[in-house]
Amino acid sequence: MDAVLEVADVSKSFWGIKALDRVRLSVQRGEVHAVTGENGAGKSTLMKIIAGLIPPDEGEVHFHGRGIAMIHQELLTFPDLTVAENVCMGQEPSRWLAGWLDKPAMRRQARELLARLGVAVDPSSRMGDLSIAEQQSVEIAKALAREADLIIMDEPTSALSDHEAELLFRIIGDLKQRGVTILYITHRMQEIFRLADAITVLRDGCHVATEAAGQMDEKRLIALMVGRALDTSVAKAPSRAGDVILEVRGLTRPGRFRDVSFVLRRGEILGLAGLMGAGRTDVAAAIYGLAPAASGTILVDGRAVRINSPADALSHGIAMVTEDRKQYGLVPEMSLKENVTLSSLARYGYGPFIRRRAEEAAADEQIRGFAVRTSGRDQPVKNLSGGNQQKVVIARALLADPRILILDEPTRGIDVGAKNEIYQLIARLAREGKAILLVSSEMNEILSLSDRVLVMRQGAAVAEVSPGESTPEEILAYAMPN
Amino acid sequence: MPATTKKPWPAQLGLALALVALMGALSLERPNFLTVANLVNLVRQISINGILAVGVTFVLLTGGVDLSLGSVVALTGVIAASFAHPGQATVLAPLAMGILAGACCGAANGLVVTRGRVAPFIVTLGTMTSARGLALLISHGRPVSNLGPAFARIGGGDFAGVPVPIVIFFLVALTAHVFLKNMRLGRRIYAVGGNENAARASGVHVGAVKTIAYVVSGSLAGLAGVVLASRITTGQPNAGIGYELDAIAAVVIGGTSLNGGVGGVGGAVLGALLIGVINNGLDLLNVSSYYQQVIKGLIIVGAVWLDRSKDRS
Repeated sequence: MDAVLEVADVSKSFWGIKALDRVRLSVQRGEVHAVTGENGAGKSTLMKIIAGLIPPDEGEVHFHGRGIAMIHQELLTFPDLTVAENVCMGQEPSRWLAGWLDKPAMRRQARELLARLGVAVDPSSRMGDLSIAEQQSVEIAKALAREADLIIMDEPTSALSDHEAELLFRIIGDLKQRGVTILYITHRMQEIFRLADAITVLRDGCHVATEAAGQMDEKRLIALMVGRALDTSVAKAPSRAGDVILEVRGLTRPGRFRDVSFVLRRGEILGLAGLMGAGRTDVAAAIYGLAPAASGTILVDGRAVRINSPADALSHGIAMVTEDRKQYGLVPEMSLKENVTLSSLARYGYGPFIRRRAEEAAADEQIRGFAVRTSGRDQPVKNLSGGNQQKVVIARALLADPRILILDEPTRGIDVGAKNEIYQLIARLAREGKAILLVSSEMNEILSLSDRVLVMRQGAAVAEVSPGESTPEEILAYAMPN
Repeated sequence: MPATTKKPWPAQLGLALALVALMGALSLERPNFLTVANLVNLVRQISINGILAVGVTFVLLTGGVDLSLGSVVALTGVIAASFAHPGQATVLAPLAMGILAGACCGAANGLVVTRGRVAPFIVTLGTMTSARGLALLISHGRPVSNLGPAFARIGGGDFAGVPVPIVIFFLVALTAHVFLKNMRLGRRIYAVGGNENAARASGVHVGAVKTIAYVVSGSLAGLAGVVLASRITTGQPNAGIGYELDAIAAVVIGGTSLNGGVGGVGGAVLGALLIGVINNGLDLLNVSSYYQQVIKGLIIVGAVWLDRSKDRS
């Protein structure tokens, strides 16, 4: 046995809550080691400690390799620098005199590394112009440039389409061939069994099990994660669609989407499927007023409405859970309570004042209703785990009491248990008569929840399918550019 | 799970303790420090900086900055003074005109920042220069003097034994604190500073909230201008140079982040008090005013340094 990484009895607390409790972990050189567990199980905290980003309260991390690199779930790149500058960041080759950048050498190095990964990206292009998948590849190239032999990937496929995820898996296979060790954090069963040599399960900050992937099956893995057997099927509501509540006609925003039309009825879930960059999020953002369309009509209850800002949308009963929690979801320094009530403050007040009791009661009710794992309503949301943060964002949208709810990747970066809770919630909301527009990259999610699925390709709505009569393959066929 | 609401320690506790310790040390060294007369005098001296600090807190909380305060103090002082000549001298007209002029400067700052998408640093730097020019234009470059006795009471009078500037400062701080902590608009100011995109996505009118913050800052600068003009019984077009930096220093010492979203009025008041105690104490200790500036500068950086290292641990 040749352990490249050993974690010995590491503990860490935030705000009086134990995020990690004497966790042990041993990772063998050259293996793909999956780390999985529910919301707040402590996966991200453990990875940050291993990467040296935060210190443990107790315990030790022993690393016997050349270097550790971490690919964060929300990529930390320099969007205004070029790909080559990103790859070489911190160890730029120099010529002529110290500190003088050797730009040709940088481009060469970046091109070689990217070619090794099988990615065709121009080293001179601006990082921010690349797709998420391409940026991720560049981050991996950067890790290789630093000769990292342990790469931590935190939910790397959460922002990728199925096709892009395939490319990532191939890259991971290559890295393994070269003897690079991968610590792979994920909630997705298929990925675990497809990629992992060993699996470690965390639950409530404790180490539950580490086993060879061959000795594990899906049912038992889920049981280990949640501590009980779980039904993973989605309770699909029978379609009871009522009157048309939202209609979109000829919605266009040049360069993003064109001539998109559809209707949404009371109690109906309309799925919006497609690859990354097909314009799904842009359509949702246009309806919610985050980035209004250039032309086209939005009708609520049959009347044309002008929506130039989210405030307009909310006043017409439209709420949205955005895809990007960090940028468009949370106010990190604010407490859980203040985040939850931000869209519905007017309801907890007299005149311009806030009624403290009413607001606190509303926040406590949401914490209970969503089973948010927290030390209390005054905890800053930045200290919550990703899944719990997502619950906060959803709770905020629901407190605004919308009739139309737009959900953009509502289960991105969330574990199986919380995912299931959110599925049940979406189905219940539809039963209660809310009209739901669901944007998702996960085929299973969209097929099992939606009443109808609209497929987008390169900015246009190309097909509408009925989930009962369709397959992921059919949808993918519509979604793929010719 | 019953919400075990463990309230965090108030962020300004350390600062308050430092202030008390400093005052204790000073009173040991100079027994005349802890006298009512000296303390009243101390608070009176900081009241103008305090009013400015409370105002600029609003702007800093949104993640902006207001460099125009000192010039607005001069402009509004000149305007107030020109409405305060004997004969026309009521208190109300100069007070209203001064605050209104300040509000206009703030509105101009806010609208250019939000509509024009120009960086607050640049916009308020421009206003700083233009407002100073306006003050000189209106006053023809000369101090506006010959003011009525009623007007002089705003800065020089007593109210139930307490100097009027202290009363004004106290009322301003209290109102602003309640505004920020208990009103919807106050909450939205924190949200905009904490994450502008998320605030907009939550239905907050970000542009309006920011503009209001600049208007509050400008109005309070107007009020401070009136108080200053009254105290020196002149509308002085060259007054207030550098006041904006003292005000921002007080706010930052009080724990308000220049990135926005964190802090409050309590810290600004404590910060202004700390600066006042240091000035007063160094005066009592007969420290040269050159040394005083050096020490004050070190304390500004040191206070924020301590604050940040507390965050890291």
